[in-house]
Order: sequence, then C-alpha cells, then structure tokens
Amino acid sequence: MTDKLYMGNEAIALGAVNAGVKIVAGYPGTPSTEVIETILRQKKPDINVQWSVNEKAAMEVAAGACYAGARSLVTMKQVGLNVAADPLMSLAYIGVKGGLVMLVADDPGPWSSQTEQDTRGFAKNANLPVYDPASPEEAYEMTKEAFSLSEEFALPVFVRPTTRVCHASASIDIPDVRETAKEAPCFEKRPEWCIFPALSYRKHGELEIKQKQLSDKFSESRFNTIEGNSRKGIAVSGVSYLYAKEVIKEYGLDVTLFKVGTPYPLPEKKAEEFFLKVDSVLVIEELDPIVEEGLLLINQGRVEIFGKRTGHTPCNGEFSCEIVKRAIFKYLGIEEQPETPAETPQFPVRPPVLCSGCPHRASFYAAKVAMKDEKKAVYCGDIGCYTLGNAAPLNATDTCLCMGAGITIAQGLQLAEEGIKTISFIGDSSFFASGITGIINAVYQKTKITLVVLDNRTTAMTGHQPHPGTGFTAMGEPAKALDIEMLLRACGMEYVKKVNPFDFEAAVEAIRGAKNFDGPAAVITEAPCVFKAPKPVSTHRVNGACTGCLKCIKEIGCPAMTPDENGKAAINEALCTSCGLCAGICPVGAIKEVSR
Amino acid sequence: MKRSIIIVGVGGQGTLLASKILSTAAMERGLFVRTSETIGMAQRGGSVSSHVRMDAKELSPVIPEGRADLLLGFELSEAARILGKLAPEAKAVVNAEKIVPTNVALKKGVYLEDEYLELLKKRVPGAMLVEGTPLALKAGNARSLNVVMIGAASGAGLLPFTEDEMRAALRKSVREKTLAVNEKAFDLGIEEGLRWREK
Repeated sequence: MTDKLYMGNEAIALGAVNAGVKIVAGYPGTPSTEVIETILRQKKPDINVQWSVNEKAAMEVAAGACYAGARSLVTMKQVGLNVAADPLMSLAYIGVKGGLVMLVADDPGPWSSQTEQDTRGFAKNANLPVYDPASPEEAYEMTKEAFSLSEEFALPVFVRPTTRVCHASASIDIPDVRETAKEAPCFEKRPEWCIFPALSYRKHGELEIKQKQLSDKFSESRFNTIEGNSRKGIAVSGVSYLYAKEVIKEYGLDVTLFKVGTPYPLPEKKAEEFFLKVDSVLVIEELDPIVEEGLLLINQGRVEIFGKRTGHTPCNGEFSCEIVKRAIFKYLGIEEQPETPAETPQFPVRPPVLCSGCPHRASFYAAKVAMKDEKKAVYCGDIGCYTLGNAAPLNATDTCLCMGAGITIAQGLQLAEEGIKTISFIGDSSFFASGITGIINAVYQKTKITLVVLDNRTTAMTGHQPHPGTGFTAMGEPAKALDIEMLLRACGMEYVKKVNPFDFEAAVEAIRGAKNFDGPAAVITEAPCVFKAPKPVSTHRVNGACTGCLKCIKEIGCPAMTPDENGKAAINEALCTSCGLCAGICPVGAIKEVSR
Repeated sequence: MKRSIIIVGVGGQGTLLASKILSTAAMERGLFVRTSETIGMAQRGGSVSSHVRMDAKELSPVIPEGRADLLLGFELSEAARILGKLAPEAKAVVNAEKIVPTNVALKKGVYLEDEYLELLKKRVPGAMLVEGTPLALKAGNARSLNVVMIGAASGAGLLPFTEDEMRAALRKSVREKTLAVNEKAFDLGIEEGLRWREK
C-alpha cells in the first residue's frame, strides 16, 4: 500500500516540495499553517523555510527569490493577504522569473477568522490566475501545476483552498519525486524589475493579454471538466463539487456538471461548450459569486443562470450537503418533504476559552484590577489566543479589528472622547507582525496609550511557531532574540515595565503606573504559554474553609474550576497548572497549593 | 459496510487521533478515505468533531445530516448535540463524562444531563455508555480516552474492522513512547465492549 492519509495542507506542501520549491515564507494563520509545518518536517536541506515577521514580508521575500529564478512559495490565511496586498498588486505587474505560488487559505464559516473574504475576488482584482481545489488530492496536483504555470506566464499564481480542503484528509499516493531546477538562481539586472508609471502602463496592457491567454489555457485544463448529458446544468467550484457529487448520487439526479477548478480567469471556451449542452445553469460556490458573475458575462443572456443573485445559495457561511441539496432541489423543482425538526433540549454553549493556567488570564485580570478607579475603561484587544479575553467573566476585550489595531484604535478613541481610559493588549507575535508602527504613531502624536504586551514567548493560537522574540528560526536554528522592552524604549516609550503576570500584585502595580503615566506607557507581562511551560509538580485544591461564594469562578472563569454538588468551588486537578491566580482571589484563603 | 463514522468531543479530547486510527484501518483494507477535522480556535475547549468516511472518493468530507453509521461521543452533551447526523439504524458509543463549561457556573449557559441521556437513549436504542475517563486514567493517562473509546467500539463489534486490524492500525498511528499506555487503553476498552455485547 502506498496510499497515506494526507491533510489538504500536507498535500499542498508536498506539491510544492515535489515541484522543486526552494524558498518558502509565510505567516501562521488558520487554516493555512500546516503547509509550512509540513515542509519543515520534510527536512530537505535545499529548501529554505521561514516564518516571516508578517505576510507582507513573506510575500516580498518570496518575490525576491523568484526574481533570481528560484521557485518560491508564500503561505498565509485570507486576511493575511490584506497585509500583503501592497507587494501583491505591484508584483502582478512586475511579474516573476522563478515560479511563485501564493497559497492563501480561505475560511468560509468563518471558523477561525475575522472575515469571510474571498481570495478568488482578490485574484480577479489583481488580474492573476487562481486555482480552487475541491479536495486534498486535487490541491496537490494544482499546487504542482501552479509553479509551471507561474513560470510559463511569468506571473505569481494563487492556490486558494478553503478550510474543508485544508483540514480535510484523503488517502492518496504522493510519490517522493522532485523536479529539479534547470539552472541555479541568478538575478539578471533589467529595467523591468523597477516599477515606474511608464512601465506600469505597459505591464498593465500585457497583463490584460495574458488573462485572455490564461483563459484559453484553462479551457484545456484537466481541472475544468464537464460531466453528464442533461439540459439542466450545474456549475460548481471548490469543495462544493464533492457536496454536489454526493447529492446527485444520493438522489439519482440527472444534471450536467461543470466543475470549475480555475475560477479566474474563467475558462471561457469551456464555458461556451457547457452553454451549448444546457438550457439553464445553477452556480454553486461558497462566498462571493465569482464564477456566477464570470458566467453571466460570457453567457450574454443565452441560458438562464441561477445562483446567489436569485437566492438559491447564500454568500455568507460555509456550505454543506444540505445547503447544496436545497439549492439543487429548488433549481430542479423537486418538492421536499418538509421535515418536522426533532425536539431537542438546550445544549451548553461551548465557546473557546483561555486554557487553565494561561498567563493571559492573569494579565487581563491584573489590568481590570488596575483600572478599577477609572470612570470609563475600554479594553482594545487584538488577534490571537488573547482575543478570548472577551469572554465572560473577564470581559477584557471591548474592541478587536485586525492585527495591530488594538494599539491604534485606542488612540482614536482617546482623541475623540474625553475622560476615557484605554488599555491596548497585544501578543508577542502580533507585536512584531504589526504592533510597532502603531506604537511609534502614539509616541509621535503624544497620545497617552497604555499598552500591555502579553508575552507568552510563542505564537500560541496557531500552534507555537517561533517569532523574532523567541531566539530561534522556523528551521530550528538559533537566532537573535529581539528584546521587546528595548524595542519599546527605542520607539520612544519612556515608561516600560516587565513583570510576571502571576506575580499578581506587581503586575497590577506596573499597569496602574503605566495608566497614570503622563505619556504613552507599556507593561510587558511575560510568562510562557501553558503548552510550553514545565509540567506542573503541584496542583491547587479547595479545602473545607470554602464558603461557596464562588468569587474565584465569577472573577476569572478558569476552565479547571466548577462548583461541586454542594455549591462549593472545586478544581479539576487534571487541568490545574497551579498558577495560583484563584488562590489570591479567595476571600477566606480556602485554595491551597498541594504537591501532586 | 458501515462507512461514515462521526467522532465528537471537546477540544483537547483527541478526536483527531481517533479519526487517524480508524482511517488507517480503512486504508489497510484498500478503501479510499476522506476525513474532516475541527482545527483552530475551537480546539481551545470548544465543540469539535471529526468525520471519517470510507469508500468515499466521490463523497463530501463532512458527513451530511442523517448519514452517520456510528457515533463515537467523547462527552455526553456533545454526543447528544450531534444526533441529527445519525442514520436511522446508527449505533453510538458514548463516554459518560460531563464536561461542564464555565459559563454554566456563571448562569450564562445550561447543562441538562438527564435530558441529553434521555435523548441519546431515545434516538439510539441500546446506545453504549462507557465510563471511559476512569478507564483512561487506569491505562495511565487521561489523554488515552480516545483509544479507550475505539477499543470499546471494537470490542462491542460496532466497527467494520476486526480487533486485530484495529490493533495494527493503533500501532501505526501512535508514537512509540505512548504505545504502551495506548495498548492498555485499547485493552480496557475492548473488555468494556465485550461486556456490553454480552448484555
């Protein structure tokens, strides 16, 4: 047996490895993270892999490598592309020499994202081709092909999987056979590497011609297929292809299925062929109507086209067999037996929460204690595990917009409203990714922000990737560990304190000092993520003195604590890390540390 | 062929490894497998599910409503929550443990244990309830609950694979240093499954 179970992201990674990728750069973000992690696990000495400081840096590193002729891969989640949009739009004009594949994972749902933006639309906006895989096995093939397409057209190429491709697995046979570069990378000096208005005008024109050529090439692509001989057509893109296949098979439906693997540029000739076979078309695609609008343009009113415009499918949310079935049944005029929904009890709401022992819980709680005397305290949060500080009972995240914005939103709030006091929270990885410019802005504009850097020494939410503060690289080599305290001072902050948030009184004092300081001020609360901390040798336990006031639970909401049958606080010792935060809250001192 | 298995629990309970073991067994049989996992924010204590579909080349990676043949529930309320996914004749193996979210203590949520049990028994007559968490602790690690549950399903004869096939899949799926604990967990699960079968 040569088949193995590969997750979509693993298949994409191996597609890049087998295509002979040399330089890989990215910033972690669900659902894209496992692509780089898989490449790292291959330990190929000739592939240089980095977790870049942010997506813009990653895109530019990869672009530079491609200028020299090396095949490169850049990975990120959909919102990361917003950060990398600046280099991307210019790079579409400049083009590449070595193949550049931009793996941008979309997250319909969304499961773990701020937006449901559709990278296929971004590709269209940039006039660049995009592959939209339906499955892990197709993602492998598409990624491999994307490198040669990129070189053939001298353009960067998108591969855009969605969560249900990235985090779905399939049993597939991926050979360990790698393409090798014909020549060693060598940057040739040419005026075309420097963007200038006159060049942009010319390159824009060329890009328009290339899109037509790409459309023609895609009409011959094995990823764009037509199955069936019915006058009822369905066009489908991405993982919805498998949903549609299951529904069609399950109910024995007779349709002609146009599978679109390259939503932009749309394979125009293939679409013409499809239109000749059908009288009407239902378009099924998650998120924006990219294929639908493309088909409408080509169609010129010849066949009826249904989709989002006609209310057959929604723009928001993730699709499922149920949504696809409803759309197809409505389109085919099949009456559905209205199902009486089964009566179900109310289920527990189970939002993700900060882990037991998480140092962020102590930092948030310390900030709240320090802010008690403020008339109006506003907590500006950011992106990471610590976004979970929004949950009750901490309620320590009033705003969250995008990475780095906690620092700058606070500045706007303070400028606009008298008497408001803000605290901005940012994690260590986000600090390096996009926090520093906002800090410089506060110092320069003399806006008195209070910043708490939640430094847990890792990029926790996405699975503990290293960053410039950790002292090692993605490839495990030692690196200079940038000192956040020194950086804050270098940015002009005059009040900078570093504390361990579990040294609770000191943490409260430091934050109180920061918020009362006459100028922008920062506190770094430093303690390792519980996943990285040494295994606890003790646990905390509630003794008979507990009065059942449950202040411990009501103040900090640690998942290791619940009331027992008698209404007294109880600690789940399997989860307790003995951080001791609860012990300091207990008014009667009923929570004590005991050895395991 | 029972070809769609859904595994549910709370982030951190190890549904991913359970899905991997079942997929490995299916692949050894030469079946095309598709799975779908919850990875990301929900792993921090949220509801998670793993879908395993065998002989599934042209099937969705996510099991549609009413199509799961077997439910492995690692937590009671999560098992009850997902019952809509089950086919009419589906079987269920459910860990009796309750994991009550903090919001219940804060009066912002509910946990209706009796109603979940009742719903489960009504929807899957003869559903197998396992005291899985104590067995995992007995095996040497609370985290081996996933393997206890797989063992229980295997011992009860609810998996489309033999016990030997499952043992081989287990050996291929776990790290060497956790193998001993996991094999013990599997054995304890098997015993539980056999007992249920005799009843």
